[in-house]
Amino acid sequence: MSILLTDISKNFGQFAALNQINLEVPEGELVALLGPSGCGKTTLLRIIAGLEHTDKGRVLINGEDKTDQTVSQRGIGFVFQHYALFRHMTVFENVAFGLRVKPRKERPSNEIIAKKVHALLDLVQLDWLHNRYPDQLSGGQRQRIALARALAVEPSVLLLDEPFGALDASVRKDLRQWLRNLHQELHVTSIFVTHDQEEAMEVASQVVVLNHGRIEQQGSPSDIYDHPANAFVSKFIGQTNIFDFDDQNNEWLQSAGLLTANQAGKIAHVRPHDIIIEKADTSNTASAILKDFQHLGALIRIELIKNNANGSNAPVFAEMPNEQFKQLKLSIGDKVKLKIRQAHWFH
Amino acid sequence: MNTTTQPLHKDKIVAQQRALQDPTWVRWSLIAITIAFISLFICLPLGLVIYQALSKGLQAYWAALSQPDTWSAIKLTLLVAVITVPLNTLFGVIAAWAITRFEFKGKSLLTTLIDLPFSVSPVISGFIFVLLFGAEGWFGKWLMEYDIKIIFAAPGIILATLFITFPFVARQLIPLMQEMGHQEEEAALSLGASGWKTFFSVTLPNIKWALLYGVLLCNARAMGEFGAVSVVSGHIRGMTNTLPLHVEVCYNDYDAIGAFASASILAALAIVTLVLKTGLEWKQAKR
Repeated sequence: MSILLTDISKNFGQFAALNQINLEVPEGELVALLGPSGCGKTTLLRIIAGLEHTDKGRVLINGEDKTDQTVSQRGIGFVFQHYALFRHMTVFENVAFGLRVKPRKERPSNEIIAKKVHALLDLVQLDWLHNRYPDQLSGGQRQRIALARALAVEPSVLLLDEPFGALDASVRKDLRQWLRNLHQELHVTSIFVTHDQEEAMEVASQVVVLNHGRIEQQGSPSDIYDHPANAFVSKFIGQTNIFDFDDQNNEWLQSAGLLTANQAGKIAHVRPHDIIIEKADTSNTASAILKDFQHLGALIRIELIKNNANGSNAPVFAEMPNEQFKQLKLSIGDKVKLKIRQAHWFH
Repeated sequence: MNTTTQPLHKDKIVAQQRALQDPTWVRWSLIAITIAFISLFICLPLGLVIYQALSKGLQAYWAALSQPDTWSAIKLTLLVAVITVPLNTLFGVIAAWAITRFEFKGKSLLTTLIDLPFSVSPVISGFIFVLLFGAEGWFGKWLMEYDIKIIFAAPGIILATLFITFPFVARQLIPLMQEMGHQEEEAALSLGASGWKTFFSVTLPNIKWALLYGVLLCNARAMGEFGAVSVVSGHIRGMTNTLPLHVEVCYNDYDAIGAFASASILAALAIVTLVLKTGLEWKQAKR
């Protein structure tokens, strides 16, 4: 079901955690709230859940105003970073909890509860653990149980607070893929909070970038990467080289193929893969020194040093396919010529 | 947690422990000093209480215990415990909840104040109640008018004991509840559970061992408190003497058997408390 937030503001004392947030999440999407720590993303998620009160603004779920409802009335599913499983209950009882606490009239019979819990445990592929206690499970297993528990009450929306934040890198990678697949199967509107841009790009169908309590940009992962709305988004999503258009850089950038018109005061953000490296010719323009390179599998990450007009140095990062790099036959210390394919311009 | 890897590491851990250990003579002399100290200052007096109580035979022991004054002291002690322990359990849970779950001004001051009964001499605690409710106290006149007796009567003893034993439950719960955080409770609420349901099915099971432990300590102190109770009780035989006070009265009367017999009940109570406490700790460690 869709989520609509209008004009949400939240202060903690003097600190404005959220500042007039307007956000619409269409039904069935898997949305990432992405931002650096302290940007207000978790607060926003908790406000949607009803775990936190908003100072101003409304929260609508499927057109229904939920602002004044408590968390237990909202019918949401919430998954915590540190799982928050009930430690004194077995896996089975954890998942059954949401069904057992329903008012007597709505409460399913024990057989139906058992059937449903086992179905959910099958869905997260952990039915064989139903008799264990949470402290007998690995982190990844716990988080999958937490998800099954949240899904048991058939929530209208699923909210996940840094769901992979406490897991090992390899487990995290698997679970990301798994969550995406699960979402494609269930189609429940979901929002998850993350500070990891890679995770957001990999899992979400929509990414909302937050900073200092404001939304910087909302869009599909490719939108956000290819058309960053501002310098913050460009810097936060993926790697980028930043060139100021000043006396130091003007000539060098022009010879590297960036616009010739006067761009004074502007800033160019260039993705590493938009920098083309060629063997240096005699012209000595747009040149740089190869300082180091690292293998990232299919790609080579190249660290270059650019000499500024005033004699200072600036690092430039580039990326190119492994094969292509081999053909150039470069070694550390070589002089190369750079071409910039494209840049994003900001003030 | 991960039982399969333990055997592999066990040898290594043992080796590490050995490397970190002090020389044998240091270990043994420290252990010997501890045992000697405990024997001399704890086991010996406790043994002596029981020995003295039974020194004139079982019959004299029973005779001392079945005196009406002793009986009345036992009954008053039980009454005080039955009233103060549940009340302080309730207040302790409420205080721990308020301090660990809410943010409010003056919270750190409140946390410090909970410890006040521990840091103030019990005699002074008792004296405060005399100043409040005694004949010359703030509410003394008013109480006299309505013929309500607090000081030199059971209500005063109960009040003083409430004050003295307040910190036990709260002190046990606060660090535990702080460490646990409230995410499990939030999870229960998000699954549609009511506040009460969340407390009884999530919070209470998590704190139950610490709570029981606090209740035990609270009970031991409620029955054993001397200083504060001594000030407010007035030592009226058969009326306002609790067991600890009765021990003193008997002793002052050169009634050694009576004193030691009453003391042996308190000592037995202490031993039961310790056994239960050890059992609880053992159970807690097993979980």
